[in-house]
Amino acid sequence: MNNDSIWDWERAWEVLPDLLQGLSVTIQMTVLGMIIASVLGLFIALAMRTPSRWLTTPLKFVVDFIRMTPLLVQLVFVYLLLTWVPGYVVGFVVLGVHYATYMSEVYRAGIEAVPKGQWEAATALNMAKGRTWRAVILPQAIRNTLPGLGNYAISMFKETPFLFAISVTEMYKAGQDYGANTFSYIEALTMVGLLFLAVSYPTSLLVRRMEIRLA
Amino acid sequence: MTNTSGDVPAIEFRDVDKRFGDNVVLDGLNFSVPQGQRVTLIGPSGSGKTTILRLLMTLEELSGGLILIDGDPYTHEYKGEKWVAVPEKRRRVVRNRVGMVFQQFNLFPNMTVLENIIESPVHVLGKSKADAIADAERLLEKVGMSEKRDFNTNQLSGGQQQRVAIARALAMDPEILLLDEVTSALDPEIVADVLDVLREIAETTDITMLLVTHEMQFAREVSDRVLMFDKGQIVEEADPETMFTNPTHDRTKEFLKAVLGG
Repeated sequence: MNNDSIWDWERAWEVLPDLLQGLSVTIQMTVLGMIIASVLGLFIALAMRTPSRWLTTPLKFVVDFIRMTPLLVQLVFVYLLLTWVPGYVVGFVVLGVHYATYMSEVYRAGIEAVPKGQWEAATALNMAKGRTWRAVILPQAIRNTLPGLGNYAISMFKETPFLFAISVTEMYKAGQDYGANTFSYIEALTMVGLLFLAVSYPTSLLVRRMEIRLA
Repeated sequence: MTNTSGDVPAIEFRDVDKRFGDNVVLDGLNFSVPQGQRVTLIGPSGSGKTTILRLLMTLEELSGGLILIDGDPYTHEYKGEKWVAVPEKRRRVVRNRVGMVFQQFNLFPNMTVLENIIESPVHVLGKSKADAIADAERLLEKVGMSEKRDFNTNQLSGGQQQRVAIARALAMDPEILLLDEVTSALDPEIVADVLDVLREIAETTDITMLLVTHEMQFAREVSDRVLMFDKGQIVEEADPETMFTNPTHDRTKEFLKAVLGG
């Protein structure tokens, strides 16, 4: 083993099992986070459409607050506040809530893109409000949001290294830990970067194809 | 509480005002349509014809006055001295009697042709799905669209979409059908197909119809009465024969000359 060289292939292969385990945590965090973001984001978008100022004014404040403060600070703050909640739960919940504030904008745009004539046809067919939303507006709006959802999923995936700060062993922390034990940071973090790329690049191509198909 | 006995009009406008901001579209409009009558509204754009249909479908709110359907309060009523909106719950009961076909068809693109037609019969009228499908198939046959039953709406031409939209409106079994420039968005060679469908409906049903159209020949064939609108007022009304061959008002003469190219 040659410790003087900048790059050691052996180390690069050796770190892989740890990183793949970390990658699985990263993907779990992203999937759970996006589930929360998609559901909560829709509720925020719908709540913002109600005429009640008692609901929309405080909600808008909370949404702006979450958007205007860093994710990292939110993660650490909640983690330190709720000491009894395991880090990985704090991780995907905070990721989910943070991204829900952005997803709500995607839903808002998706809902507004449904032509006015669709609402009018629903009225002409005497459909109830709830049924109009469920059967006509949301299916079309959600279709409009799919590319946005894909883009935010990629974005969230790339932000999971922040979970390092709250001791969740996702892929970046797995790499860091390996580096700390072996002093082969370069190999470990290069592999981390490549693995991120290996997942996010094909996903972004998929999202782009979806955008073209839905356009 | 449907009151369909002889002399109660299907539609009655009482002192109807409609303003959009400072723009007065309808100003104290009064008119009524007897049960089963076919009425064509003509007049220059901006004269308030389409607004009348949209008010009847509750797509717009009145600024003043009342609309009654079969004598029942529909949009507003006087409670004591106060002019108040009819609550949505009661409005929905009356709205079931009114159907509308739009210029832009407005089919639901996330549903098939059949799903578009059975949606409200099942979820609003409470029909069984089997009954609704049987009725829908009969209507699709009537508008010549049986083979397209399971198609997505975006696989249909404009004329086909409009025929499905007509079937969808009829599936609600309306007493009153509003037709808002239903052929204006269609290619000229398809217009005749859609008009044939409407002509057959006019001949085989007793649905009260209100049409806004630029198809003067069609209006002449199917309507019992023609109302000429200008600036939110009825300036002339007559049977189609008289209106199209011997109009009396200057505005009507000018308008007909312009559209008929005479």
